[in-house]
Amino acid sequence: VRAPWGAVGHGALYHSQSPEAFFAHAPGLKVVVPRGPTQAKGLLLSCIRDPNPCIFFEPKILYRMAAEEVPVGDYTLPLSQADVVRTGSDMTLVGWGTVVHVLLEVAEMAQSQLGVSCEVIDLQTIMPYDAATIEQSVRKTGKAMIVHEAPLTSGFGAELSARIQEECFLHLEAPIQRVCGWDTPFGYIYEPFYMPDKWRCYEAVKNLAEYM
Amino acid sequence: MLRQSLSKITKPVLSRALATEATFDLPECALHKFDIDLPKQATLTRDDGLKYYHDMAVIRRMETSANALYKAKEIRGFLHLYSGQEAVCVGMEAAITPADSIITAYRDHGWAYTRGVSAAAILAELTGRSGGCQKGKGGSMHMYTETLFGGNGIVGAQVPVGAGIAFAHKYKNDNGVCVSLYGDGAANQGQIFEAFNLASLHKAPCMFTCENNHYGMGTSDVRAAANPHYYTRGDAVPGIKIDGMNVLAVRDFTKAVTDWMRAGNGPVVAEVETYRYYGHSMSDPGTSYRTRDEVQAVRKTKDPILMLKGYMIEGELATEAEIKEIDNEARVIVDEATNFAKTSPELETHEMFNTIYRDMDGTRVRGADSLTYGIHSP
Repeated sequence: VRAPWGAVGHGALYHSQSPEAFFAHAPGLKVVVPRGPTQAKGLLLSCIRDPNPCIFFEPKILYRMAAEEVPVGDYTLPLSQADVVRTGSDMTLVGWGTVVHVLLEVAEMAQSQLGVSCEVIDLQTIMPYDAATIEQSVRKTGKAMIVHEAPLTSGFGAELSARIQEECFLHLEAPIQRVCGWDTPFGYIYEPFYMPDKWRCYEAVKNLAEYM
Repeated sequence: MLRQSLSKITKPVLSRALATEATFDLPECALHKFDIDLPKQATLTRDDGLKYYHDMAVIRRMETSANALYKAKEIRGFLHLYSGQEAVCVGMEAAITPADSIITAYRDHGWAYTRGVSAAAILAELTGRSGGCQKGKGGSMHMYTETLFGGNGIVGAQVPVGAGIAFAHKYKNDNGVCVSLYGDGAANQGQIFEAFNLASLHKAPCMFTCENNHYGMGTSDVRAAANPHYYTRGDAVPGIKIDGMNVLAVRDFTKAVTDWMRAGNGPVVAEVETYRYYGHSMSDPGTSYRTRDEVQAVRKTKDPILMLKGYMIEGELATEAEIKEIDNEARVIVDEATNFAKTSPELETHEMFNTIYRDMDGTRVRGADSLTYGIHSP
């Protein structure tokens, strides 16, 4: 099942939501979110060929905005495998969909202005998710931040946060940060404040870096 | 001459005293925007008649046994019995092929049987044992085969899925059809009309079939539906109303409808008029919204099994003694099945972690806390 997903700048209540957490809660479903055209093609083909029911959320803001050279041949990207989009050593930033591009920009800012090296991971498949890649990264960096547009409470970041602290507790040097949407309906006029934009994320990266 | 008259009183020594087939008049069907030639007569062969009788007798006894098992607390949870409606599943199965698809709601034990699940596997599924058709994981409302898509618990949810299955048949060009069943209570659900519309636009070979037993739980059809003529509810979709207590009518009219659909004409809405003897489920005695007299009257005058027996005897296709023999056979089958259902072992706990995903064997499935998990296995 393909569905449009995520905030688009003016969607208001019903055209801005990210419901991946609802569907991740049903055992037996697969939930996938691509971050761009190249991933979309590969992941969609994998979903179509997968014998399980898959929900494929397409960040609709990227429909018009994203432009890439997509290979024309037949290729698939594996499900349940996260993609380390940028390697780093000081902290792990996890996101999916539109937010991955925000995190890449934040990682650049953090490097140039704070000298902080961020590893950015695109989760890609929300359910069943690739915990191993995230755990490996957090054991390396010791600090983790999860970013998603969906509301904070019971968002998928909560699941990842719980999992990371279960598996990597002794490696953690700071509490796991979550930068998410607010626990309110998605107000039309409040969209710029609602989104986990690069300033909120940069602030969180700064706090994480300075945590003692 | 004496010999002949004697053969009418006692059981014939040789079966060639009986006919191999007989022809009966079929009842008329109400039609809605349906330009179709319907058969006026049905031919019943002896073999077919004996098979239909056997199947209906087994289903009737199986449901009775399920009733007893439930009262003995061997079956828990939900139980919706099919007694009285046997002619629908037996008749329709006789009209379609094993390659066609069926999807129904929670009154599915009869459909599981006619699709090939043994009475033993059905009863063991009800008691939740590993010998059940879903190994006990499904229970009464979730029975499946390769071509029976349930067994669905949510009222009316299965109908759009049925439209999709029909679409898949068309897409794969395999000449198959899907029978998508629902009850008179579900017939007012909104998504069913969406399904009618899309199936019609795509000319999907879906026979939307309303098993109208006149009561949606405790609400009669005339109280629940502004238009209780369910075969007309498809609006632009052609409709037909079939007498669901007459197995020959169900069979022959279903055959006519499915042939029409296989020719590429699109979906049909069929209303099959039937009756359930038990209440909606085991928590409903079935007497607070209808009189016992009404139930008894149907049992006496319209019972599908008695009706078929009448055809068999009248057409000289079988003798009373043979019919009684089949009744006995059915009793033995169901007794053995009941015993199997009581003695089949329960499923082991590690089986909880499989059949969640396809092709995910070997992966960990998390348990109830951070330290327990299972391994997904086939």
